[in-house]
Amino acid sequence: MAELDIRERQAGDITVLDMSGRITIGEGSVALRSAIRRLLEEGKKKILLNLAGVGYIDSSGIGELVSSYTAINKEGGQLKLLSLTQKLQDLLTITKLLTVFDAYDTEADALSNFK
Amino acid sequence: MTEQTTRLVLPSHIEAVADAATALTDFVKNCGASEEAGFGIEMAVREAVTNAMVHGNQEDEAKSVEVIFNCHGNELEVEVRDEGSGFDPASVPDPTDPANLMKTSGRGIFLMRTFMDEIEWLPRPEGGTVVRMTKRF
Repeated sequence: MAELDIRERQAGDITVLDMSGRITIGEGSVALRSAIRRLLEEGKKKILLNLAGVGYIDSSGIGELVSSYTAINKEGGQLKLLSLTQKLQDLLTITKLLTVFDAYDTEADALSNFK
Repeated sequence: MTEQTTRLVLPSHIEAVADAATALTDFVKNCGASEEAGFGIEMAVREAVTNAMVHGNQEDEAKSVEVIFNCHGNELEVEVRDEGSGFDPASVPDPTDPANLMKTSGRGIFLMRTFMDEIEWLPRPEGGTVVRMTKRF
């Protein structure tokens, strides 16, 4: 089984990536980077990462979230996060990145806040 | 609780980080640490082993990373040894400084310090660095 499973769906012009597994150095981080790069190449610039199934993330994975955010913003798009587990929320709080990312508890809330 | 020790010697490629984490998970359970403590220890060990392989040994597969877990009482000590050219933790900038927030790397040492109770980096007489970390639970 892959370290990180990513399933893509559309909600209007917003692409939702339902992710489950681990975002850690190597396979997990590369899978996230590849998915974001492909979406940007396809012109999909409004992206919601559903992290409900992501139980673990390391500093490489955190770096990949930052890299994704920067790459999407650079293309004039938006990245938002959905359903952070408590541990992931704690990690983003400790690293002060919760002040950078838009994170939501419900999908309806997240979708309605895309411009 | 009697003292327990596990020693691993890993090749310097990042796929082996998971091997260290798997061995640690079993060790932590036998050691009696809580799930909460186990999460933090795994985080610190993954970061330490990654640093040893990538920054210490420069992913040179001729060089190995040695990991030693030691459990005694309510304390778990981890040593991670590389064969690199040395490391000064003071040289790593604070990743929570606003100027560094959007950097894509440089958070590993910060997370290790966050999740462990004690941590020190020492030069090895034979070359390389050993990082020694302790968690009480």
